[in-house]
Amino acid sequence: MEVGEDVGVPTYTDGPVRNFALAAVLWGVVGMTVGVLIAAQLAFPDLTYGIPWLSYGRLRPLHTNAVIFAFGGCALMATSFHVVQRTCQVPLFLPKLASFVFWGWQLVIVLAAITLPMGLTRGKEYAELEWPITILIAVVWIAYAVVFFGTIGKRRVQHIYVANWFFGAFILAVALLHVVNGASMPVEFWKSYSAYAGVQDAMVQWWYGHNAVGFFLTAGFLGMMYYYIPKQAGRPVYSYRLSIVHFWALIFTYMWAGPHHLHYTALPDWAQSVGMIFSLVLLAPSWGGMINGVMTLSGAWHKLRDDPIIKFLIVALSFYGMSTFEGPMMSIKTVNALSHYTDWTIGHVHSGALGWVGFISMGSLYYLIPRMFGQTAMYSTKAIDLHFWIATLGIVLYIAAMWIAGVMQGLMWRAVNPDGTLVYTFVEGVKATWPFYVVRLVGGLLYLSGMLVMVWNVLMTVRQGRPTPAAIPQLVYA
Amino acid sequence: MDILYLLIPLSIVAMLAIVGVFAWALDGGQFDDIEQQGAAIFDDDTSSLDRHQRP
Repeated sequence: MEVGEDVGVPTYTDGPVRNFALAAVLWGVVGMTVGVLIAAQLAFPDLTYGIPWLSYGRLRPLHTNAVIFAFGGCALMATSFHVVQRTCQVPLFLPKLASFVFWGWQLVIVLAAITLPMGLTRGKEYAELEWPITILIAVVWIAYAVVFFGTIGKRRVQHIYVANWFFGAFILAVALLHVVNGASMPVEFWKSYSAYAGVQDAMVQWWYGHNAVGFFLTAGFLGMMYYYIPKQAGRPVYSYRLSIVHFWALIFTYMWAGPHHLHYTALPDWAQSVGMIFSLVLLAPSWGGMINGVMTLSGAWHKLRDDPIIKFLIVALSFYGMSTFEGPMMSIKTVNALSHYTDWTIGHVHSGALGWVGFISMGSLYYLIPRMFGQTAMYSTKAIDLHFWIATLGIVLYIAAMWIAGVMQGLMWRAVNPDGTLVYTFVEGVKATWPFYVVRLVGGLLYLSGMLVMVWNVLMTVRQGRPTPAAIPQLVYA
Repeated sequence: MDILYLLIPLSIVAMLAIVGVFAWALDGGQFDDIEQQGAAIFDDDTSSLDRHQRP
């Protein structure tokens, strides 16, 4: 509850949780709207009349930053603060610092929304924000780490629940990645140059980029999964032992997968091979997590039929399994020779982003938000179901369109005549891709529509409830 | 590939840190009585908001 509110018994610090949960829904809509806009621009390039601050090149990083760091980040912060308190049976360490984390993170998001359309960018993927914002991110992140680990430090439950290991690894890894990849030499207030250059910079960038996927978008959300699936299903994790084993395997292996972004570039062959091998190995711990989460429903599969929140959470894991199979396949050099630079990569990203990250967040937020407003369920369960089906259809259209486009592009680009000349010009490939850009736009519109259904449902839920302090159980576990 | 002078030592330090954390966990009894730990989360909220989710 709010700092200072006296309800007679110790209560959890749910103010920041509530704020982050609502912010996640808001930024989800914003990020997905920008996504729909840029998808429309690819199909209809003159859509925004050449206005510089609406140009594709500037809006694309606004989309990626908004969906990953604003939507994903707020969902992770909401759920990690919720889970760490409940599993440690203590309120947050330094609640005022937790409020600073919330407002600091919102400031980062707003600054991104202003500077990126202005064209102020470092040009590094998922690390575009210029150096003053990079420093602000580091400050907010250190505060986040202090609150999270401080809460674990003063826990009244000796065992640290597995979800907290995933959250903790995500927080520490992102701190390391951000500092190393953010290293730059400022020359003006909004301009800096990377501390690294050429293929060295590429290596650091994709060590960062793939670990952003592995730790921010995977480990963090696995933490979410390991709490909200058992809670919603009313059953403990299928194999707690497996959850620990695959955690250690996952965090060790992910660090080495980055070079699969640099196959057939100037990066040395041996480094590319390391990336390929570890990416293939990564299939095992990833599927360990997927199986563990899905099998938690063992003996209660009927819940999939009746409970749309369970649908979101379990289907999220299906997409997680798909993406963590597809990814290793695409990391194989010969496969990558076809897929690199094509829309297959985009299809792969969005299967993971819309399917895994999006759905696990939505399912978790549908569990969390009513409880942050004194209720046990959202205003409308039918609306959750509607959201689920619209969004799933959107995802399927999106990824199918991108798979077909991607393979087509790869085949067209490599087609050679008997005399060694190229069969197709590049622009012919672009033209052939157009219908798939339109289908993808439809898919994205559906996914955004589902999100708007969620906004309505959240507003109705908030309207009919009120923030209720949650008492901390007085039982102490060994 | 001069960046390796940074990345390899960094990775070794990271790995040592990870091994250290694992050793701390093992030593501190984090992996004792593992089987019951999964069910502990069903008792973490006394409010009625949580009760109906018990297995």
